[in-house]
Amino acid sequence: MGGELKFVQGNEACVKAALYAGLDFFAGYPITPSTEIAELMAARLPRKGGTFMQMEDEIASICAIIGASLTGRKVMTATSGPGFSLMQEGLGYAIMAEIPCVIVDVQRGGPSTGLPTKVSQGDVNQARWGVHGDHAIVALTASNHQDIFSITVDAFNFSETYRTPVILLFDEVIAHMRERLKVPEPGEIALVERLKTSVKEGVDYHPYLQREDGRLPMSDFGGVHRYNVTGLFHDMWGFPSENPTVVHELLRHLTDKIDNHVEKMTRYREYFIEDAEMLLISYGSSARSALHLVTDRRQHGESVGLLELQTLWPFPSALVREKTRNARYVVVVEMNMGQVLQSVKASVERPERVFLANRVDGVLITPADIRNILRLIQGKGV
Amino acid sequence: MAKLKLKGHLINRDWCKGCGICVHFCPRKVLELDEFDKVVAVRPQDCVCCKLCELRCPDLAIEVQTEQD
Amino acid sequence: MPAREYIRERFFPHIWCPGCGHGIVLNGLVRAIENIGLKKNDIVMVSGIGCSSRIAGYMDFHTLHTIHGRALAFAIGVKMSRPDLTLLVPMGDGDALSIGGNHFIHACRRNIDMTAIVMNNRVYGMTGGQYSPLSGYGTMATTAPYTNIDQAFDVVSMATAAGATFVARATAYHVQQLPGILEEAIRHKGFSVVEVMTPCPTYFGRKNKEGSAVDMMENLKTRTTPIGSKAKQENPSLIERGIFVKKELPEYCAEYQRIVERAMKGK
Ligand SMILES: Cc1ncc(C[n+]2csc(CCOP(=O)(O)OP(=O)(O)O)c2C)c(N)n1
Ligand code: SF4
Ligand SMILES: [Mg+2]
Repeated sequence: MGGELKFVQGNEACVKAALYAGLDFFAGYPITPSTEIAELMAARLPRKGGTFMQMEDEIASICAIIGASLTGRKVMTATSGPGFSLMQEGLGYAIMAEIPCVIVDVQRGGPSTGLPTKVSQGDVNQARWGVHGDHAIVALTASNHQDIFSITVDAFNFSETYRTPVILLFDEVIAHMRERLKVPEPGEIALVERLKTSVKEGVDYHPYLQREDGRLPMSDFGGVHRYNVTGLFHDMWGFPSENPTVVHELLRHLTDKIDNHVEKMTRYREYFIEDAEMLLISYGSSARSALHLVTDRRQHGESVGLLELQTLWPFPSALVREKTRNARYVVVVEMNMGQVLQSVKASVERPERVFLANRVDGVLITPADIRNILRLIQGKGV
Repeated sequence: MAKLKLKGHLINRDWCKGCGICVHFCPRKVLELDEFDKVVAVRPQDCVCCKLCELRCPDLAIEVQTEQD
Repeated sequence: MPAREYIRERFFPHIWCPGCGHGIVLNGLVRAIENIGLKKNDIVMVSGIGCSSRIAGYMDFHTLHTIHGRALAFAIGVKMSRPDLTLLVPMGDGDALSIGGNHFIHACRRNIDMTAIVMNNRVYGMTGGQYSPLSGYGTMATTAPYTNIDQAFDVVSMATAAGATFVARATAYHVQQLPGILEEAIRHKGFSVVEVMTPCPTYFGRKNKEGSAVDMMENLKTRTTPIGSKAKQENPSLIERGIFVKKELPEYCAEYQRIVERAMKGK
């Protein structure tokens, strides 16, 4: 399987990567533009002895993968906006109970049923704050199939390392577009396996007691340690607690374990940044148009550069601050009303020089769209 | 089957919440609530070892200990 | 307490109110498990949210206390990954049939091997006495201060219609039958539903002037009758208890295993 060259959809690149990462349980509910992921899983998972389940809805899907993860499986579900909305309570549970799982949201136009077959990047902030209560979250994206592959493997690795759900935020264009994918050889990308407890049977096991490095070794459900898992605030044995110290420490732990490792989770690409007067920041399919424009304008001698973000949450503020330092203008290119724009403005030294180049009509933003906006910003007129 | 003979009612006073279900449904009126609303076996000699009190206790607070006669 | 080894004694006395029937369900359940002789490491209990769902914390199994209404969906994930484990899924009436109603019927339909126990006190206990989909027409609740106009579901007919292969009704009063019914449900290979009628003296009892916990237990005695009894013919308003459905149908995990075999052979 490894090493082959394939011409595939983004959704298929994601499926191949998940299987490469060791996925063996998928539960989902069909929704455009993510459905191909479920269909491919239905065909391929049983071939390696894995489990595919079509559930009655997205709520059941996320709950089922959490249950399966507790038995030691690597698990995933895939959906789009409406289904992602339904998953929020389950997502919060996985955060609270620290259960590894991967959730793919192939974004389409919203709110509501919106534009089922059209592109959007409108779920960036829902990925961050769709779950109620204070929490940290990991959300990753990519703009081409090779990167979809590696970022999907990263998603599984982060999820196991930090015992947390990880969201993959793709979009309709990237998911349905076909392009070349070279599937890495087995072993080419390192995989993180579940950290299992070494505590022996009969010895008191604390499922929620961190090791020195902050990681929590797990014991599989059905194994020799019986413990409790709950969405309530809980002590180190997993039993409900309202003790203010316990509550405070758990909340800090849940946020710190992500926020203290931003650098380790930051994935990005940069193009012509060093001397760029005009710096574009983009991600997902809009980054393709941005890259196209940047390459083209460079040939005309314009000092334009691109910072392509792959880690959207935790937001790589330090990186953005550093990379934008020398630019005269910063332009965030995205297909929403300015969701990453907010985070960029909050990260840079001079937010007043940050602009938005967007499209929110279900059509992929083009290099020409971006160019027109750049000209406006520079006072050149269209 | 040999008849069961009572060894005693083992009552966990910390767990008993005094709901009175065992007292009311005991066919021989063996049990009563004391002044702290905790169950006590006041007429153990009348107990027929049906164990209904044990089975019906919502608090798992009674065990009817028996031996074969 | 004979089946002591199955409970987490350090958390007792439990949080339930005096006379709450949920404790009687716990009592019956540990006896059923002891009779079967199941090993604690082989049992996973998955519950939702509600007074009833707190039962999981008291049992010394692998316990998963999830979110309101979704226990069965979590349980399916566990069972499909580890078909060898015994899955017990206690739920409240609101939990199982209101917010979780969709998962309930679909779990019945799939015939996956696990035991769903609906601890039916006809009220939302945990949130303080609102009506549930099992309260029934004419009952009173904090959210039905003038009277409830919602008709109730019948758990047994619903589970039967949805395809559960074992369906039974028991009560917290009839404790000589309760462990036996639960035992049969757990032993059954397929999706089992046991509705246990349990009193909530604190909310349902007070709101509906049903008296004390003892009075409510008396009501369970006088308002129910064994399936097909003469009493039922004479008084159709009596609620039947016993085992309604027990049939063999292909079990979901076993069927899935056949899919895996087909896929591996490439057809
Ligand atoms: C999504 C969601 N909605 C509402 C609630 C609030 N809530 C907690 S328990 C409960 C109902 C409990 O009733 P039931 O399931 O019958 O269990 P009981 O307490 O009666 O045993 C409700 C509405 C919640 N926890 N989650
Ligand atoms: S409120 Fe009702 S259901 Fe809840 S513990 Fe009290 S009696 Fe039981
Ligand atoms: Mg209830």
